[in-house]
Amino acid sequence: MDRFQHLGDVTVDISDIQVVEHDVIVVGAGGAGLRAAIECSIRGLSTGLVCKSLLGKAHTVMAEGGVAAALGNVDSRDHWKVHFRDTMRGGKFLNVWRMAELHAKEAPDRVRELEEWGAVFDRTKAGLINQRNFGGHRYPRLAHVGDRTGLEIIRTLQDHGIHQGIDVYMECTGLDFLKDGDKISGMVGMWRETGRFVVFRAKAAIVATGGGGKGWKITSNSWEYSGDGYGMAYEAGAELMDMEFTQFHPTGMVWPPSVRGTLVTESVRGEGGVLLNSEGKRFMFDNIPDRFAAETADTEEEATQWLAGDKDARRPPELLTRDVVARAIRKEVKAGRGSPHGGAFLDIASKRTAEDIQRKLPSMYHQFKVLAELDITAEPMEVGPTLHYFMGGIRVDADSQMSRVPGLFACGECAAGMHGANRLGGNSLSDLLVFGKLSGEGAANYISEMTSEPTADDDQIRSIIRSATDILNRESGENPYLLHEQLEELMQSSVGIVRTEELLTEGITGLDGLKQSFKKVKAAGASQFNPGWHEALALRNLLITSEAVAQAALLRQESRGAHTRVDYPGEQDEWLRYNVVLSKADDGSMKSEKIERPAPDAELDRIAGLSIEEVEAEVAGEQ
Amino acid sequence: MGLRNFRIFRGDTAAGDMVDYQTEVDKGMVVLDVIHRIQAEKANDMAVRWNCKAGKGGSCSVEINGKPKLACMTRMNEYGDDETISIRPIRSFPVMRDLVADVSWNYEQNKRIAPFKPDTSKKDSSGDYRMMQEDVDRIQEFRKCIECYLCQNVCHVLRDHEQKDSFVGPRFMIRLAGLDMHPLDTEDRIPAVKDEYGSGMCNITRCCTDVCPEHIQITDNGIIPMKERVVDRYYDPLKWLARKLTGKSK
Repeated sequence: MDRFQHLGDVTVDISDIQVVEHDVIVVGAGGAGLRAAIECSIRGLSTGLVCKSLLGKAHTVMAEGGVAAALGNVDSRDHWKVHFRDTMRGGKFLNVWRMAELHAKEAPDRVRELEEWGAVFDRTKAGLINQRNFGGHRYPRLAHVGDRTGLEIIRTLQDHGIHQGIDVYMECTGLDFLKDGDKISGMVGMWRETGRFVVFRAKAAIVATGGGGKGWKITSNSWEYSGDGYGMAYEAGAELMDMEFTQFHPTGMVWPPSVRGTLVTESVRGEGGVLLNSEGKRFMFDNIPDRFAAETADTEEEATQWLAGDKDARRPPELLTRDVVARAIRKEVKAGRGSPHGGAFLDIASKRTAEDIQRKLPSMYHQFKVLAELDITAEPMEVGPTLHYFMGGIRVDADSQMSRVPGLFACGECAAGMHGANRLGGNSLSDLLVFGKLSGEGAANYISEMTSEPTADDDQIRSIIRSATDILNRESGENPYLLHEQLEELMQSSVGIVRTEELLTEGITGLDGLKQSFKKVKAAGASQFNPGWHEALALRNLLITSEAVAQAALLRQESRGAHTRVDYPGEQDEWLRYNVVLSKADDGSMKSEKIERPAPDAELDRIAGLSIEEVEAEVAGEQ
Repeated sequence: MGLRNFRIFRGDTAAGDMVDYQTEVDKGMVVLDVIHRIQAEKANDMAVRWNCKAGKGGSCSVEINGKPKLACMTRMNEYGDDETISIRPIRSFPVMRDLVADVSWNYEQNKRIAPFKPDTSKKDSSGDYRMMQEDVDRIQEFRKCIECYLCQNVCHVLRDHEQKDSFVGPRFMIRLAGLDMHPLDTEDRIPAVKDEYGSGMCNITRCCTDVCPEHIQITDNGIIPMKERVVDRYYDPLKWLARKLTGKSK
């Protein structure tokens, strides 16, 4: 507060503000941001990497199951075409075709490259990178390290990245982008420790800020997931797309209350775990959608054979896509067949030996032992849906990852398109590697074609700083923690796993109220490491994110993937033609539009439409 | 569980005090939940560093009743009902504010370590390296490290003797061990382990191993084997004699 408290509405003095200069500034240092920064650096760009936390702590560490890539190390029938087809089907064909293609083709090289940089994946008997089964993936496809694959990936990128000449700005929050005309010219950030501001002058910016799960009460996301990239890109003029598709992971912890929402990895089911209701019934057998019936086991015997490695047996229904499993659990709970704390039972204890469980799922064993005082090698877990991932995000070009704002790129969870209406497990770690790299390439190409350097505008800098300091300088106002709590309650109840026009309209009205309250938000205390202030700054972005989700969900009158409208059940072919795109209108309000999707590439369309037998025969012919 | 008493450090490098707070504690809560509750209700500006809340990020290292722990993995029912719980920042690193310590020294140490340098000739025609699981088991143990720096915090060399100039600390000894034991790494790390990273400073009290939330056998599986490799290289009597006679350093 000290140096800003008396500024009031007089002109903010920016003469002594720290200014740093880079070719490109990457916001967010999870897997996507780190991979993007490494690529920028490889291509000779002066690169700044800005992150809200310490390096290596981003949410990527929470990814447990693995990274999906058609390496074919465990089942040699795997091929990019099969991975592509699985991804499109999982995404209910709403994925940006080109992104799903690039992803499936490039993921294997990105994984091998990690090994070159020091990652140590679990091995097959032949000494190759081992791969495990996961929901929606036809073959064992997830390269993994026990159940801590995300940690392995972020640490590998971190340890490699620190030797690439990247300048890392830790515990620094990005506030807003600067523009010269329509082009990106930098960003204003704030050092969390001191509360001082910093101006990054840059020719391009890559947003890699992850999702916005902190708008919901039950979420696997940590405080960092406040949709900063969505808010900042939206304010800078970029479009958001597919925001209605918020993935509720079927298995979050439900007890004790303080860890409600914490993720229970899908690997538990990949390793044979089954879902049971209070009557002891494996209810997933009653929840197999027609689209997947031909590829899913319909008896417990067949599911058991599959687990034992029988290649002719079909996959257990517990490994159906996440949207399907999440809705099925919710249905059991609603019907009064849930577990004591309102979830379903997830049982691995009766399927695997205690030794196997501790070796394959050490983090899960530890997490339940410590946080829930439960031994998963002896008892079933209680699990329920938790908001986990945003399929939607910043609308970008599939090849360059650039948004409609020249110089503004996005990759990883905060970018839209790759996953369509529903993401397959394991496809996010591969997404962030593939598109992290491509966004770095995109930024390098953009900069190389630049004819003049953009300049940072002092008035923009002043105005960004003033918005931030106003929160501290108000005499009194709304408590940011309480506002955040109200937002979480509202989104959980109105924009949850099952939606209706009535609920969504209520949600949007509620958000209007919260936006008004936010204008009066007040953080007490000084500017140094002040969590109340940080919370208030993040709220702006969370409110934009939440409104985008609610608006998009209201507009899409069908149920597809992770977006379920009870008043419009089932997928509507008509809606497959559109994406919902949100942007800031001239009057400052949020505009939501149906935008027609371009026709798919004929060859990709053909591959996605093949039956599993057809694609297997085609691939076998090529191999 | 009812109303409970807490004493939390508030202040910065210059000055600070233990401040009393009282708050309601519910069943199943961990210490980090309590800190957040106090922050939201009574001390909006109380600084605490945290991320995943599931023991995987390693950000929320603090000292609870004198014991270095992750606040997110420490359950309130570990303590007696009328026990006052004191929470301080980790002590071996300077306080930034309240419960947040400046751990940047650790990032500087990591940067000093030469990166992984694989033997690319071992790559097969399809671009794959072959390594057997039994050959990577021991380095995978080190790679479980979540960089919470609790081991660095309790290391006597760093904490009591403040010899940060001469020893990189347990975290980076296992990082070095993980690289040195990697079947593909080609870098000779032993001279630096001895001279630059100070493997000889550790006197094997195993305090680091005791506090590791990932239960990594830091001392037995990491530091001791590295010390042995140094001994083999520099203090093997036969090799010593050979060096004396030939006048060569290696």
